[in-house]
Amino acid sequence: MIWNEEFETLPREALEALQLKRLQHQIERVYAAVPYYRGKMDEAGVKPADIKTLKDLSRLPFTTKEDLRINYPFGLFAVPFDQVVRIHASSGTTGKPTVVGYTKHDIDSWAELMARTLSAGGAHKGDVVHNAYGYGLFTGGLGAHYGAERLGAAVIPISGGNSKRQIMIMQDFGSTVLMCTPSYALNLADVMKEMQVEPASLKLRVGLFGAEPWSENMREEIQKRLNLKAIDIFGLSEVMGPGVASECIEEQHGLHVFEDFFIPEIVDPKTMEPMPLGEHGELVFTTLTKEAFPVIRYRTKDISRLIAEPCSCGRTFYRMERITGRTDDMLIIRGVNVFPSQIEHVLMSIEGVEPHYQIFVDREGSLDVVEVQVEVSENIFSDEVKVLEKLGKRIEREIKDLLGISCKIKLVEPKTIQRSEGKAKRVIDNRKL
Amino acid sequence: MKVEQISIFLENKSGRLADVAGVLAAAGVNIRALSLADTTDFGILRLIVDDTAKAKEVLKEHGFTVGRTEVIAVEVLDKPGGLAHILNTMRDASINVEYMYAFVQKSGGNAIIIFRFDELEKAIEVLQKAGVRILPGEEIYSI
Repeated sequence: MIWNEEFETLPREALEALQLKRLQHQIERVYAAVPYYRGKMDEAGVKPADIKTLKDLSRLPFTTKEDLRINYPFGLFAVPFDQVVRIHASSGTTGKPTVVGYTKHDIDSWAELMARTLSAGGAHKGDVVHNAYGYGLFTGGLGAHYGAERLGAAVIPISGGNSKRQIMIMQDFGSTVLMCTPSYALNLADVMKEMQVEPASLKLRVGLFGAEPWSENMREEIQKRLNLKAIDIFGLSEVMGPGVASECIEEQHGLHVFEDFFIPEIVDPKTMEPMPLGEHGELVFTTLTKEAFPVIRYRTKDISRLIAEPCSCGRTFYRMERITGRTDDMLIIRGVNVFPSQIEHVLMSIEGVEPHYQIFVDREGSLDVVEVQVEVSENIFSDEVKVLEKLGKRIEREIKDLLGISCKIKLVEPKTIQRSEGKAKRVIDNRKL
Repeated sequence: MKVEQISIFLENKSGRLADVAGVLAAAGVNIRALSLADTTDFGILRLIVDDTAKAKEVLKEHGFTVGRTEVIAVEVLDKPGGLAHILNTMRDASINVEYMYAFVQKSGGNAIIIFRFDELEKAIEVLQKAGVRILPGEEIYSI
């Protein structure tokens, strides 16, 4: 069901007019309120008044995680501090966390966005929402919580952990909607099996999973093992938290970006130029209504593409494709942008293959040649040559299908691939370009 | 009835076979029979040894990928038609030979051949019915 019929089905033209109006207002406000953004815009020689069409968005400078770090903790807040009613922070894997703030109005928008997300996933008033996203500084728990309340569902704020208790509560309280990370969903399936609880005996109908990358194969596994429909949801704390984009239960194909709140762009991560609609590149977001922590052209480093084709659910918002990789170490092979993480996805989708791999790129004549070395673990090893050869061929075929490039798979002994500080160097580019 | 075989994944580069032999020698493991399947990029070394568990352990310690497979050791009459008899029996039962290799030693004047079949249990049954002697693991490891 569509939560907000008026906005979610706006004709493109009206939607874009609304986006422009909101963008102009947002840029004006940010320019006036945040010295750092003002400095960057001045440096780029662009003033708020230069934003005359949506295309002018591309004149604005990008914002990166580095900008957020420089302004730690509150330097990019765009409202007086007494307007801030909530602070969240992402776990910083390197150094300081990323801090974001919300005004009362932001919290209200967020609840609306998550109510839309839940509704797109098939949840409704009367549902029992089992919210196993972590509550705390992480945006997942509270973001989902407020959305479920807005929807009119009964929320169980169970947070993460203690899987046995989670399953007991699912049984006793009759949870119908599960919200957690996809990996935790699989963990719950494992524990159910251990406890000899039949998923079919539970009332779970749908699960909204996000906060980490997952694959179609994982979706199938979760759907089968938990006996529910698995919906991919997307968000990042810098932009809002969960509630930036969501799949609809009708298609389960591509995540509708809530474009009245955010403008998504796809840019070439090398040239930073906008990509043609439908092409893969780095996903960039600009917030249109955020008060406390607006972001302008925030680089997510996630790889996706936008799908403009109409969707059977009736929403007019473009869909973003499931995240297929990260921009770090992008390669250009025969003109095709290739991300090592895409190759990793292929490898991980093949049962038993551990993602110990290395990509070698060479140039033979004028042609780029790619060899992917994959370590043979005990799981995939066989005493029969044909089994191993078949595996190599299968990986080649799947990479060709997904990335459109031909490569050669070479099976290598374990630990052949150099590991520096525990982390493998994924790409060896021997081309002299 | 079955014999345990270990298999080792080897990249095609010089010295790897010697490394395996060296690791086994240092551990005092004796090789009873072996075969090497090779492709352009890699090889699979299959071994019957006197101490399978130990061989596997030391090879894994040295970073090799090691698998264990059950095969059968069949006594074959050391005269023309000896092998043909066995193979015909398998063909009649629609059992495929995945691979096979010969043992150096003999068993009471007969040759020993190691077979990897696609249907192991059925193969044992068929061979026994045909009066073919299958050598048990203990006998093979201690030859």
